[in-house]
Amino acid sequence: MSRRKTRRSKGLDGWLLSAPALILLVLAASGPLLIVALYSFLEKGDYSGVRWILSGEGWFRVLFERDIFDQTVSLADANLSIFWRSVKLSIATTIITFGFGLPTAWFIATRPAKSRAFWLFLITIPFWTNLLIRTFAIMEVIRNQGILNTFLMHFNLISEPIQILYTDTAVLIGMTYVYLPLMVLPLYAAIDRFDFRLIEAGYDLYASRWQVLRGVILPIIKPGIIAGSILVFIPSLGAYVTPRVLGGGKNMMIGNFIELQFGQGQNWPLGAALSTVLLLVVLVSLIIYTRASSRDDSNG
Amino acid sequence: MAKPRVFDVTTLPGFTFIAILAFVLLYAPIITLVIYSFNGGDSVNQWGGFSLEWYAVAAKNEAVQDATARSLIIAVWASVISTTVATMAALGTTRRGKFTGQTMIYVIINQPLMVPEIVTAVALLIFFSSVKVATGYTGLGYLILAHSAFCIPFAYLPIKARLEGMDTAMETAAADLYATPWQTFRYVTLPLLLPGVIAGAMLAFIISLDNVIITEFVKSAGQDTLPTYMLGQLRRALTPEVNAISTALLALTVLILTVFVFVTKKRD
Repeated sequence: MSRRKTRRSKGLDGWLLSAPALILLVLAASGPLLIVALYSFLEKGDYSGVRWILSGEGWFRVLFERDIFDQTVSLADANLSIFWRSVKLSIATTIITFGFGLPTAWFIATRPAKSRAFWLFLITIPFWTNLLIRTFAIMEVIRNQGILNTFLMHFNLISEPIQILYTDTAVLIGMTYVYLPLMVLPLYAAIDRFDFRLIEAGYDLYASRWQVLRGVILPIIKPGIIAGSILVFIPSLGAYVTPRVLGGGKNMMIGNFIELQFGQGQNWPLGAALSTVLLLVVLVSLIIYTRASSRDDSNG
Repeated sequence: MAKPRVFDVTTLPGFTFIAILAFVLLYAPIITLVIYSFNGGDSVNQWGGFSLEWYAVAAKNEAVQDATARSLIIAVWASVISTTVATMAALGTTRRGKFTGQTMIYVIINQPLMVPEIVTAVALLIFFSSVKVATGYTGLGYLILAHSAFCIPFAYLPIKARLEGMDTAMETAAADLYATPWQTFRYVTLPLLLPGVIAGAMLAFIISLDNVIITEFVKSAGQDTLPTYMLGQLRRALTPEVNAISTALLALTVLILTVFVFVTKKRD
């Protein structure tokens, strides 16, 4: 019966069947995002919340601050250093996960068909394991009495524990650790479709290994590289749990800074403006991603 | 390059070494965490012999019991609701050709995968706090609603994948034999789709059970789930009790994933 349906009724069925999911999502995911954008233009309430008066103060405070005595305007250095830390750590996380992820994905994709499922499963377990638990696990490794320091001290490589926990390095190690599977999986998907005869052709034409990697493999798996980088970069930029647990109170990233505005900071409009900024950055990354991957489709 | 012996084109220098290193680095911390959850001593720094002491302590702790029950209730509701609506949406968006607004539906469904969780969490905090004031209701409903929403894409993707791999011939045959659309769905489509639905429900369950950020922002006072309870317990080091809870959750995840692999594999 459905074979003879017109285009319009197909669409109607599609919308009707999707309606419950869409309603839920608009109610408890997409819709409230608009409220955040709205709140960023309101005036801060006395304790928390907002007053329904239009104000640009929330957005102003993203980058600037006013002196409490003489009202002089200056750049908010504390905010800038948080933004810089977030961007820096997210880019570093993306690069390091790629460094580990490419060989790992390559290794899995080149296993014999039988054992490939096993190696893939080994990547999927950490992927689905609670992020908090994985962050706790890495905390146990790097804290002062943790196994890393104990190990190094046992072999007299260091005389006292290295303070890693509650530093930017700890956050970087933690994010690399928790987001690595997000890099490996799309890279694996791309390499899995790769035609290995192309490498052979490269070698036949006297290409070195490095030339084969750069000239043949990387261009072909580029969509996977872009996908993996986006999948790591976006959650890194919005990370909250990992910097909270491993960075301590001091080494905040944007996510923790946003939380602060809704907690002790009591500045909802600023928090809403920061959230909107984060959302816009993610949106731009996604647009770049779609552009890049659709260009690849038309070329290949 | 020109060596006469068999040359494997799939090997790249150093790749295997880095890959093995990556696996070791991925698993060493988790395994350490698991081992230390069986530590008998009071100190998290010293090994005091094998013991299930901390599991017993955790199991007797009323806060942990409450949080576990709450986590499970929310996860069951969220996976049932999200899987139901995701199945409908998957039926609506696959195997019927392109229609107006299809991309829009995809974008809305996958939106929770793209928006940073902290932003959604803040958005829900603002929205639900005014609803809480307006209605006076502060029950688990908000958490169930929020979890159901962000679990939808996780339930949707395996169901959609399964549907796309299914032949429409069976349904056409059923329709030719005068089955009503409902009968066709109930006796033909659904049984074939079931592995995808189960897979989707399991992923949704794990995602709900693991959620920290959105739960932390949406919950009312005294509504800790297991992950928010563990985050709240955090001091300079993990308590052995949190270690034990983590290991139990980890075991549950591995169990569900193993079943997942089994369920999705069977169709091949």
